[in-house]
Order: sequence, then structure tokens, then C-alpha cells
Amino acid sequence: MRWLPYGTDAVLVECESLSEMSAVRTTVIAARLPDVLEVVPGARTVLVVARPGSTALSEAREAVEAADLANPPGADPRAVELAVRYDGEDLQLVAETAGISADEVVELHTGAEYTVAFTGFAPGFAYLTGLPEPLRQSRLDTPRTKVPAGSVGLAGEFTGVYPRSSPGGWRLLGHTETVLFDSRAERPALLAPGDRVRFRRTR
Amino acid sequence: MRALDVVATGPSALVQDLGRPGLAHLGVPPSGALDVPALRLANRLVGNDETCAGIEALFGGLTVRARTSCTVAVTGPPVRVTVDERAHGTHTPIHVSAGQTLAIGTPDTGLRCYLAVSGGVAVEPELGSRSRDVLSGIGPEPLEPGNVLPLGAPRGTPTGEDELAAPRLPAELVVPVLLGPRDDWFDEPARLLAVPWTVTPESNRVGLRLDGAPLRRAREGELASEGLVTGAIQVPSSGLPVVFLADHPTTGGYPVIGVVVPSALPALAQARPGTTLRFRPQA
Repeated sequence: MRWLPYGTDAVLVECESLSEMSAVRTTVIAARLPDVLEVVPGARTVLVVARPGSTALSEAREAVEAADLANPPGADPRAVELAVRYDGEDLQLVAETAGISADEVVELHTGAEYTVAFTGFAPGFAYLTGLPEPLRQSRLDTPRTKVPAGSVGLAGEFTGVYPRSSPGGWRLLGHTETVLFDSRAERPALLAPGDRVRFRRTR
Repeated sequence: MRALDVVATGPSALVQDLGRPGLAHLGVPPSGALDVPALRLANRLVGNDETCAGIEALFGGLTVRARTSCTVAVTGPPVRVTVDERAHGTHTPIHVSAGQTLAIGTPDTGLRCYLAVSGGVAVEPELGSRSRDVLSGIGPEPLEPGNVLPLGAPRGTPTGEDELAAPRLPAELVVPVLLGPRDDWFDEPARLLAVPWTVTPESNRVGLRLDGAPLRRAREGELASEGLVTGAIQVPSSGLPVVFLADHPTTGGYPVIGVVVPSALPALAQARPGTTLRFRPQA
């Protein structure tokens, strides 16, 4: 683990693995430091932003160094199930690339349990880890200029759902009617870091 | 009803307050006024809390008609301000009667003028803020002629009149930068940064895009997505840096060579395309 200074009021904690990243994130949050303003997970990092002039960055570091990262504090993850119609434009491409049938792609995708590692790209866009190996495939060579809201896709080690219409290069498996982001809701993002997600096939 | 009618806008007029920090983990940018001290001062000049929403007008050009008697103030770069075509100063409280029209001209220097109105612009907040975020499309739509902006109840008395005159912007900006967190992806990052850079017209509230000698990486490969802060200088494959401003994405996949110190951000908010800037890296 490396602690990299990030401007005057932040530090980037670089971790060895996704699980270490996740443990660092929950440890900093569990420490409930009032002067920590943002805890932003990435694929292998946690960005901690503190109130200017406070001692929160060193307190966060002390909390992480004192923690048992193999058994991080419980973050009380939510379990979310998303109903998906597997009719995506790239379903056949994903199946061919994996050397299996489209039905087997759906079985693999619905059979796994995923974890929200981090968000980015757009409000409520969650990067879900836990994708079965045959489905870990590269992005499209040419991104689509418009991907409809609710599209379920995959890229690299991640799967996820586009919260709204946007350009995008992920391979599309299908779509869900579930609203992923509603800025007027009490909990605006359906999926937050740490949450557990499963996909269910709907006809 | 206490309200303003929008009569005309310049290239872009947006409702802005101090933004919605603390939501980066949900993918929501901080947003908020780019020249924070200018909005805070404008609010104080009309007796508002500094957190009230005002209007950020790119290249001025904003004209509004008051439906009610109110106090207004214009801050940012020096600019011509008129009420029913009679000239007034900037950085000072101005009384506007019901039915009068306030017009902000085009500034000779700088980019963004701020208009505060007693009571504040009281459009519905979204995620705790009234700021328009141009990256994620959260917050009130960009203003258009014909919009009616509700105002809150006026409360305090103006403060800060003795604060300062309109800032004069230097011809060349010197921007202090703290190296890291990914300066080790570059050979001699301090030397590479400390050269003249030109602000390009592709700059916006998301980031200031710069032209100059491309920053060559010492290390190839991809960087996994990691968190970003306002002021982060990200170096995409082109080698031409982007300084992230308030509507920046919450994570990015290119190395951040350094971070602009917060006190230098307001000047960047006012840097026009063509402005020359030089980074002054500190270890």
C-alpha cells in the first residue's frame, strides 16, 4: 500500500488488490472522521479528501494502519437484484468471443454475484466486479454514440448498467427497466460502493 | 412574486451556488461557481448568505428585469453594468426597483461575471445544490430568454463593500502546483510543467484544456480509474494537459501529474482562450 499526496487536502491510497481497496474504503468510512469530505474508491485506489487545514488525512492513515484489513469493518452492504431482458446488440458477439452459446452467456451473467467497486463516468454508473472469466472481454473497437438508458454491458473485469442515455463502448447484453439514478430520490444512486448485485433474467 | 425575468443571456448563463461536494462516490461532480470568491463576495454585497445561488455569466451579456425591488451586485472581472441604461459600478450593491432592467456588458478581460440578488435565486435544489453541472446535466437548465427565476426572501444587510475593487488579470498566469500523485509516470515532471501553456477554446467548466509542448510519459501502459479532485492536472495520451475545474468527472483513467493549489483556481476560472500560463511546481 502506498500513500500518495494529492494536492493540499487529499491523499490517494494505492492498494495491492480490489479487496484491499475495499477494506481501506470501509475502514476510513467506519472511522467516521468529521473532516473527511470525500472517500472515492477507484479500481485499485481510494482517494480521501479532507477539510482544508484539518488533521483528517493523518487520522485516516492511523485508522487504516491500525485496522485488520483482512477483516474490515462491516459496511452493511445492500443486496440489489436487477431484472434484465437479455436482448442486447452484442450478446452474440460476447458469446462468440467466449466460445459459448448466448444462453450460456446469460447463465454465467445471472449466476454470479457482483460487488460495486466504484462509480464514475456518470452519476450512478457503478463498476461491478465479479464477472466470470469468459465474459471478461475488451470494449468495442468503436464506441456507440448513443447507448440507451438501462443498457446492461460489460468491459474488461467489469459489468454495469448505463443509468441514462450516453455514448459508450461497453458490449451490451441487454437492458433493465430499473431506475439507476434519480437525483430527487432520498437515495439518488441505486448502486453505491460495496453493494452486492445480482442479475435476473426476465422474458 | 419576488422574481427576475431573464431577458437575454450571453454565450452561457448558469445558476450556480457553492456546489454539491461529498457525492463523488456516487459519480456526482462537485460543481458550483468556478470563481468561488467572486460569488461569495457578490452574495455578501447584497446581504445574502455566501451559500445563496447567483448567476454565472460567461462573457457577460446577461440582461434581467426585476419583478420586485431588490439589491443586486455584479462581481468578477470589470464590466459595464447598467440599470435602465444608467451606468453603475461592479463590486458594489445596486438598488433595482420593480420593473427596472439590469444589463451586464461584455468584460474586456476575464471570462465569468457573477450576479447576486437579495434573497438569492431560489430555483428548486437538486442533490442539495442549485448549481448547473454541465458534465452530468444535474441542476437547473442553462438560462434562456423568457425564464422566470424565483427569488428567496431578503435577509441581511450588505457587507464587504470595502473588500476589493474588480481584479485585474495579469497577462500571463503563474500557477502554483503540487506534484503528484502520478508525477513518477514522467521524467523530470517539474521541468516539463514549467513551460508556457496556452488555454484553448475547448476549455469549459469541466476543465481547462492546454496547448504547448506535449508531456511525454516515461512509463507506458494504462492507469486504472482513480479519483479526481478539482485542480488535478490530468495528462491524456496526447500529452496535452487538462486542469480539472468544478464540473470534473469523479474518476479518470489518465495519470495526474500534479494538482493546482486551491488559491490559484479562481484565476483559472477567468482565463480566456489564448491566455498564457506557466505552472510553478513545488515538491
